[in-house]
Amino acid sequence: MVLVLALGDLHIPHRAPDLPAKFKSMLVPGKIQHVICTGNLCIKEVHEYLKTVCPDLHITRGEYDEDSRYPDTKTLTIGQFKLGVCHGHQVIPWGDLDSLAMLQRQLDVDILVTGHTHQFTAYKHEAGVVINPGSATGAFSSITYDVNPSFVLMDIDGLRVVVYVYELIDGEVKVDKIDFKKTTTPTNLPH
Amino acid sequence: MISDGVVEDEEKWLSAGIAGLQQNAFHMHRALDSNNLKDALKYSAQMLSELRTSRLSPHKYYELYMRAFDELRKLEIFFKEETSRGCSIVELYELVQHAGNILPRLYLLCTVGSVYIKSKEAPAKDVLKDLVEMCRGIQHPLRGLFLRSYLSQVSRDKLPDIGSEYEGDADTVMDAVEFVLQNFTEMNKLWVRMQHQGPAREKDKRGKERGELRDLVGKNLHVLSQIEGVDLEMYKETVLPRVLEQVVNCKDELAQYYLMDCIIQVFPDEYHLQTLETLLSACPQLQSSVDVETVLSRLMERLSNYAASGSEVLPEFFQVEAFAKLNNSIGKVIEAQENMPIAGVVTLYASLLTFTLQVHPDRLDYIDQILGACVKKLSGREKLNDSKATKQIVALLSAPLEKYKDIDTALNLSNYPRIMECLNDGTHKEMANVIVQNILKNKTCISTAEKVDALFELIKGLIRDLDGDTHDELDADFIEEQNSVARLIQILHSDDPEEMLKVIETVRKHILTGGRKRLPYTVPPLIFSSLKLVRRLEKQEESVSGDEASTTPKKIFQLVTQTIEALTSIPVPELALGLYLQCAEAANDCDLEPVAYEFFTQAYILYEEEITDSKTQVTSIHLIIGTLQRMHVFGVENRDALTHKATGYSAKLLKKPDQCRAVYACSHLFWLDDHDSIRDEERVLLCLKRALRIANAVQQMANATRGSSGSALLFIEILNKYLYFYEKGVSQITVESIQDLIKLIRNEMQGDASPSDPAADAFLASTLRYIQFQKDKGGAVGDKYMLITD
Repeated sequence: MVLVLALGDLHIPHRAPDLPAKFKSMLVPGKIQHVICTGNLCIKEVHEYLKTVCPDLHITRGEYDEDSRYPDTKTLTIGQFKLGVCHGHQVIPWGDLDSLAMLQRQLDVDILVTGHTHQFTAYKHEAGVVINPGSATGAFSSITYDVNPSFVLMDIDGLRVVVYVYELIDGEVKVDKIDFKKTTTPTNLPH
Repeated sequence: MISDGVVEDEEKWLSAGIAGLQQNAFHMHRALDSNNLKDALKYSAQMLSELRTSRLSPHKYYELYMRAFDELRKLEIFFKEETSRGCSIVELYELVQHAGNILPRLYLLCTVGSVYIKSKEAPAKDVLKDLVEMCRGIQHPLRGLFLRSYLSQVSRDKLPDIGSEYEGDADTVMDAVEFVLQNFTEMNKLWVRMQHQGPAREKDKRGKERGELRDLVGKNLHVLSQIEGVDLEMYKETVLPRVLEQVVNCKDELAQYYLMDCIIQVFPDEYHLQTLETLLSACPQLQSSVDVETVLSRLMERLSNYAASGSEVLPEFFQVEAFAKLNNSIGKVIEAQENMPIAGVVTLYASLLTFTLQVHPDRLDYIDQILGACVKKLSGREKLNDSKATKQIVALLSAPLEKYKDIDTALNLSNYPRIMECLNDGTHKEMANVIVQNILKNKTCISTAEKVDALFELIKGLIRDLDGDTHDELDADFIEEQNSVARLIQILHSDDPEEMLKVIETVRKHILTGGRKRLPYTVPPLIFSSLKLVRRLEKQEESVSGDEASTTPKKIFQLVTQTIEALTSIPVPELALGLYLQCAEAANDCDLEPVAYEFFTQAYILYEEEITDSKTQVTSIHLIIGTLQRMHVFGVENRDALTHKATGYSAKLLKKPDQCRAVYACSHLFWLDDHDSIRDEERVLLCLKRALRIANAVQQMANATRGSSGSALLFIEILNKYLYFYEKGVSQITVESIQDLIKLIRNEMQGDASPSDPAADAFLASTLRYIQFQKDKGGAVGDKYMLITD
């Protein structure tokens, strides 16, 4: 059982002062094995805070990030799954699931984690899953109205991943979960 | 006393003294064992003679004294047994006075006196009085102090206290008190006299030695506090006035400081409250060198803790008008001690403030009064640079924030900003930071423009350069500061849109004074605050129709434009471009076509004129295309103008792969799913074909420069885009064109000259898998895809 935290688009301090207190109290150091961040933190302090939650931190660059050295995309393998991360402002149209699926094919990953729209989505298709953890602070977005703070926790166990989404609605944390099972990789089609 | 450099000698003398003492004690014990009173007295007197030495420092003398003390205990037991054997205590009392030297004589007398009182043959008070007077015979400070200390120790349990066995018609508590007071007074006089003995250059050493002896004097006050019969009445009428009299009259700095503190610590808080005026009236009378600030601070601290112990005690405070008395006293002390350092003044007021916050938390007028007194003292001087004082002032100003957890209260104190004015720039910034952190921590809601104005004025050290601020580098502290201000801006909120706009305007007014260093940090949060307000109005407008609201999105957009303009001089074009595009989207949502167009124009101008770095260009292009793709407010002409420019920029990016990707991204500009009017098949295909040409050019360049073909990655990306639009129903994308493209890709990848490229292989494989998935879906999609054969 491997726990992976996925979050992003915090936009501290341009659009939000801080993570919601209820989220902060849930993100206890030592419980999570990996952190994936889609980008737009935007400042060093947020990077350092995330590092205290878990030192294995993977970040991709959002258009407002202070640190320009974050990569545009990143891939990593956790257990049986290949994960890809990208902020998403590079994929046009923004939030278009077919275009995101294209990126997923390009990175050749089972799970693509992406952001930018500040809206939680989990889109399953034959080749895998596209997950958007939304904005962890509920920051303003020109794309989405009424953004609720949200983040995602993935529990990877063998060929199965359970995606828990935590959303702060009217001051209460609500949890939902989605199951995905990976089929074994089919052999390559003949050329 | 001993002079320096003879410390080893002191050890020698002490050893000699102890040896002498022990030898005589040995003989004394022998005499005691054989009931030989005469010899016992002789040897005990000799033993006690060792205490006549002038050669020891207080520390060493104490060692000698303790041994003598132990021996005298045994002697006392012997005396008691003697009296039960028939020896008259009165006679014994006479007998011991035959000792040759006065010091041993008096020690023996006190020892017998102890037995005398126990025997009750005479009233305790008579014996005690006799002893305390006799001790006057020793005027040498060190020896006298220890002798009287001995007297105090042996008499401790024999005082005629209420309920004690020694109380009688003749003996009362008053007598006990009288005895202790007298002993105390004499001890203090001796103690003070020590200061003036010896050469002037040894003054410090004497001070240190006196410090070692202070508890001997203070013990008397302890004893007084333990006497049951000393109730409030007696304390008020007798004990305190007498003690204070001695304290004031001795005119000795060391004694005064120690004894005042002792009084405060030893007697109960209720007593202090009830005698507050008397106690405080002594303070201005003390020597000017006494640290009366600390004395008063500790008093106020004790009273604060007493108040905190429970709400039942609070009425007492009100009844004695504690605040008024303390306030007055502090004023008098400050007046009396003209040379008091400013740190001392602030310490006093800080302690009074803590006290007031504890006892009268609702009396903001008191708090303001205290701050006002501080202002009076601080103004007219130069700005504070004393680090001790500034620390105290920060503590002073932080206390109300901590207590009330609400910046509102601090803003209501008229003197609060005035004190901030008196601080030097560094401290001002420090304090401003404290305020901001307090607000962020408590998430206080600041909801009117007026309060925001007051607040930003209060923290102006963070908002703009104060005079004399030559700080030019952007160090980490500065950045952290500005980020805190940015977070602060996010917290400001009013439910009333009109008020919110006023808040935004107020913030804008302040941050524009910040200069180019600060604007990149403070402008973005303000812009987003404004866009949030626009969205609120958007929703409202649907319900509030026909109302001539003065707060309209248009007005806000005007404000926003002017604010982003302030960034141009810095310059931070990438940031400004991003902000313009955000505003364009907001205008789009409000159906304000000209406003949106204007924002795009500004963004484009920035791109053309200011954004020259190729990596930045790529990001900016993505933002432009992405935003433009979502616009639905533009009419045909405006839209054409903007898309034409966007595709032009895409084709002119420096690196060809970037060009290729940007150009195929532009294809989406001509196909919007939710708008039937924007489905321009030709333009879509044009973009894709252009992208193909660029991809070809990339391959040729690779062949020419490296002798091998480059990656087929770009082709595969374009293939995916073909599939995307094929699925959407762009008729000009034919099955043939797709199959041709697949063939082309395979050729590129299989050629001898091509190096293996795992990324391209994987991408192609997943793309082909995708085609298979779509075929397997069946239905309309499946049919379409079935046509593709590879």
